[in-house]
Amino acid sequence: MNTLSAAGLQAIQLITSADPKLFEIVVLSLKVSLTAVAIACAIGLPLGAIIAVGRFPGRHSVIVLLNAMMGLPPVVVGLLVYLLLSRAGPLGAMGLLFTPAAMVIAQAILITPIIAALSRQVVEDAWGEYREQLRSLGETKLGAAMTLLWDLRHSLVTIVLSGFGRAAAEVGAVMIVGGNIDGVTRVMTTTIALETSKGDLPLALGLGVVLLAIVLALNATAYVIKESAIRRYG
Amino acid sequence: MDDGRIGVHGPASLLPLSLDRVVFAAGERRIIDGVSFTLNPGLRCMIVGPNGAGKSVLLRLCHGLLRPTSGAIRWNAPEYDGAPRRQAMVFQRPVMLRRSALSNVVYALKIARVPPELRIDRAREALRKVGLESLAASPARVLSGGEQQRLALARVWALRPEVLFLDEPTANLDPGATHEIERVIEAMHTAGTKIVMVTHNLGQARRLGDEILFLHQGCLIERTPAARFFRHPQSREAAQFLEGELPW
Amino acid sequence: MVVARRAVLTLFVALCVLPLHAQERYITVASTTSTEQSGLFGYLLPIFEQQTGIKVRVVAVGTGQALDIGRRGDADVVFVHARAAEEKFLAEGQGVKRFPVMYNDFVLIGPKNDPAKIAGGKDILAAMSKIEAAHAPFVSRGDRSGTHMAELELWKSAGIDLDKVKGPWYRDTGQGMGPALNTAASMNAYILADRGTWLAFKNRGDLQILVEGDKRLFNQYGVMLVNPDKHPNVKKELGQQFIDWLISPTGQKAIAGYKINGEQLFYPNANDASA
Repeated sequence: MNTLSAAGLQAIQLITSADPKLFEIVVLSLKVSLTAVAIACAIGLPLGAIIAVGRFPGRHSVIVLLNAMMGLPPVVVGLLVYLLLSRAGPLGAMGLLFTPAAMVIAQAILITPIIAALSRQVVEDAWGEYREQLRSLGETKLGAAMTLLWDLRHSLVTIVLSGFGRAAAEVGAVMIVGGNIDGVTRVMTTTIALETSKGDLPLALGLGVVLLAIVLALNATAYVIKESAIRRYG
Repeated sequence: MDDGRIGVHGPASLLPLSLDRVVFAAGERRIIDGVSFTLNPGLRCMIVGPNGAGKSVLLRLCHGLLRPTSGAIRWNAPEYDGAPRRQAMVFQRPVMLRRSALSNVVYALKIARVPPELRIDRAREALRKVGLESLAASPARVLSGGEQQRLALARVWALRPEVLFLDEPTANLDPGATHEIERVIEAMHTAGTKIVMVTHNLGQARRLGDEILFLHQGCLIERTPAARFFRHPQSREAAQFLEGELPW
Repeated sequence: MVVARRAVLTLFVALCVLPLHAQERYITVASTTSTEQSGLFGYLLPIFEQQTGIKVRVVAVGTGQALDIGRRGDADVVFVHARAAEEKFLAEGQGVKRFPVMYNDFVLIGPKNDPAKIAGGKDILAAMSKIEAAHAPFVSRGDRSGTHMAELELWKSAGIDLDKVKGPWYRDTGQGMGPALNTAASMNAYILADRGTWLAFKNRGDLQILVEGDKRLFNQYGVMLVNPDKHPNVKKELGQQFIDWLISPTGQKAIAGYKINGEQLFYPNANDASA
């Protein structure tokens, strides 16, 4: 049978066999990427909203830079974080290299610009509608930014999901800063890379299918929640 | 003690508001071209005029949303950045947050730094005054146009402003909803708020106004008590305006 | 308010992810992809952990990169297979002492149809000369790994100046052993591989072993403790325990016990002083 159908079978086998090793890898992948997304949102959403409503010198340059940083190559981020966290580097004393924390840091750096740039766009698009009313009520710029973030929460959900997708799918950064250590820093994407390099292509593809299924399930859930909320709140 | 009446806050009243040779230019064009007048407490003031006269811009200049290119806008007691606002504005299209009707009013009270324990009661009272108490928990954005505009009025009522600016508040509403809105505006006037309103609806200006400010091409052409304005306008432009516009 | 709540939640989640260093006894070993991908560590390390309670975290990269990790102090022990590079590491004062542990051998892999006609030969240098003469496609790892360095040594010993003869036939991929084998399989090219990775490799296509057994193909592994004088964070007691175990009779027996399809991959030779 060809590789693709073998992969499909492997995927089904993997999911139904509830292999504890696979479970451990999936849980770690989710922990790392979800934590990274949470950090990226905590920084990126307010940052994007503030840039959207603020007016300051150099604002356009900041926006261009932010948009450009959406395209940061994961492997470059991984390398930079590696140099930072290495014992020979400035933050070496923290001993974070080759741990899940390093992976979280690298992925957070990778997706914060995405969250910030996209939320900036969404908030700025809506700002035209809200600006006069909020200013009339006496709202501060900062207060307006936060209010808009909550009011636009349904649009922002999509942005958060795209950030998560990027984090869960990348392999370059987590490979370098995590070291792909069995049982410690091995996540889905690095496992797929490893099995590919070992020539076990059906297994690698099967794992890929599992990863896709998880991301798909997350997106579907978020979509349903979002749609029902939009219907309710208008 | 807060007995709901306007203007008994303690600090000096915002009014009179005086505009002194105010100009507002956008590029080459002068939208407001040297307007001077003083607003005192009491009289309900209607601003009318043909399209493009600059009525909405004038309102926004007074409210502080726009800054004049030259000239001065002086309140009796200046408002400071960050202090709760004592004048409010209702726009032609109300902008509500994606929350319940009650929450929208509470939000305005929060910005106005009303103590948290007072907010919900004040908000409910405001909703009652405009007849929306049964919709307090409804999401604001699913309300009808008329209901949302009433909610906007409830929102400013809760703030007990000294001055209320209104920019064609019933332009998008049917007669029934318009009547409701006018009733609320009346009530606010009775409670002590100075009403300054832009309207295209001359019947409305006649119903609600004590005095008319007639604007034409950025200039204040005429300022006349309402009853006299509609019978005997003093300026040629006003007369032509009324001729062209009069539906009855 | 919302911001504060979010910050607390983030911190809480982050703490759940951060490892609790105090609880676990572990060392970090920088080793090579071929050692990892042969499956040796998966077999060996649980035995070591059971006997000592020490967990071994292996970061598997190319030999050059593994030694660099040691130089940066990011590993406690380095376990690689390129003697010249290891000696240099020691000379720099980065390592404490080198202990030979085991050897496996390289094999010359090639397509069944064998355009360079080297199948069954016992002389690796002659085989590589034939490949170069025929300009048959050859895949190199090109990644400063032990295998790569061994390959370069063999070209030199065969009297071939790679820079002069390099052409489209010589595919310098810059990849680990597995990916390089993948590439060779898809191109039907010749490639030098360590036996361990080859035995565990599943995507063989038309490739098979063509030349083996030449003494020059022997691949010696050495282990070193990263110098704690240069890098105070090195876990020297635990690291030394690992090294001692590897060269102990127990460890050596365990190494010999690792088999794929009944075939032994690694030959323990800690006693061989010349290795």
